[in-house]
Amino acid sequence: MVEIIHIQYKVPIAKPKVGVAGKTGSWRWIKPVVDNSKCVKCFQCEIYCPDNTIMVDPKKGATIDYEYCKGCGICAEVCPVKAITMVKEA
Amino acid sequence: MPKVVLTGNYTVALAAKMARVEIVAAYPITPQTGIVEKLAEYIDKGELDAIMIRVESEHSALAAAFGAAVAGARAFTATSSHGLLYMHEWVHWVSRARIPVVMAIVTRTIGTPWNIWSSYEDFFGQRDTGWILGFAMDNQEVFDMTVQAFKISEDPRVYLPVLIGLDAFTLSHTTMPVDTPEQEELDKWLGPRRQGYVIDGSEPLALGNLAWPEDSEEFFMDLQRGMEEAKKVIREVDESYGKAFGRRYGGLIHRYHCENAKYHVISMGAWSGDLMEAIDILREEGYPVGLIRMRFIRPFPDKEMYEILNGSKGVIVFDRAISFGSLGPLYLDVAANLTKYTRKLPYMRNIVAGIGGVNVTHKDFYELVKATIDDLEKGVEPPVFTWHHRR
Repeated sequence: MVEIIHIQYKVPIAKPKVGVAGKTGSWRWIKPVVDNSKCVKCFQCEIYCPDNTIMVDPKKGATIDYEYCKGCGICAEVCPVKAITMVKEA
Repeated sequence: MPKVVLTGNYTVALAAKMARVEIVAAYPITPQTGIVEKLAEYIDKGELDAIMIRVESEHSALAAAFGAAVAGARAFTATSSHGLLYMHEWVHWVSRARIPVVMAIVTRTIGTPWNIWSSYEDFFGQRDTGWILGFAMDNQEVFDMTVQAFKISEDPRVYLPVLIGLDAFTLSHTTMPVDTPEQEELDKWLGPRRQGYVIDGSEPLALGNLAWPEDSEEFFMDLQRGMEEAKKVIREVDESYGKAFGRRYGGLIHRYHCENAKYHVISMGAWSGDLMEAIDILREEGYPVGLIRMRFIRPFPDKEMYEILNGSKGVIVFDRAISFGSLGPLYLDVAANLTKYTRKLPYMRNIVAGIGGVNVTHKDFYELVKATIDDLEKGVEPPVFTWHHRR
């Protein structure tokens, strides 16, 4: 058993939360667009997304949070059925 | 209290077991191997409910111990010499994260040439890491200091890891009788594991994020404050342990014949026992000399040191380590810390000896201390730095 007694000192820990670095979606110049008719719900895009902006629903497929997606393109690379394509931002 | 006859290594293992460590992560290296072997045996026989994490290096050993400690486990590791050097990056990480961990260091010469005997360069190499640095003189103190280390480390005023030094072979492989407390009494005295934060997956927490210079500096200023608090805590723990189990050492330093002493000798480690024999003989011969034996060098007992040495006619600091191109590290600390309290320093002499494990006997100490005092009484000041070597 461990007793957690908070200390009066600064410690280098942080509680991460959504949007702590601002709306990072504005950094994007190309965006991933998903065609859920091709999606096989393998969760690869969700697992690989470095910003945790993709959610895969086992029935409906993938949804991308464009507020925070930086457009890195990893999801399109790992998708085994090419259901995600990178499209230039308008 | 049951008395057992143990080597220094087995004493460390027994103390860690009785402190109910929950994880041990370690990599074997002479002369520390006996510690982890014994702990592995305790776990294997079901006498200790802990996990032994087998790792491929010392760097991973402390990283694993740190991870488990962050998750809330009482963690322990031990190493020596080159293993400690390899671990050095993580030594800094643990203290800067303010996570209680206890580690035993069986001091051993650093190569090359390859050498397994005792010398303190590995220990002093951790001087600036933010760990509390203690050093035991005999196996009884090895036991007491190891269990005390958990109490000090886990005190909310401190929350810093503690390192305990013990000499290769002189302690690690030499048997001595050790008084041990009853398990229930020790449990009551030590209490449950305490720490400032836990990362166990119940909420997202990030450790070691990028920080601005001002924030970083404030973390380290707080660490320095923790060290200052640790002075009080070490004294309190020494006192409460003495009340519970009958042995007190005097806090951060052990004074031996310091009352009415006009000359002072300062040392650390197993050879202090030989020095005590030398002091006994010198006292019989009428030399007013006392010994200050360092139990802790971080935090450094600056005020006690000044109070004892104020008015001293001569001080000899014996160092079993050398800062090449300068002096012995213990001497540097003693001299520098005195300047916090006075501009009138006594005559001070630094004798570096026992490097590479060279045996220094009570006769050597007797002759060196006697010659110094005799010279000073005649008005002759021996050189500040001497490397004492004989073969």
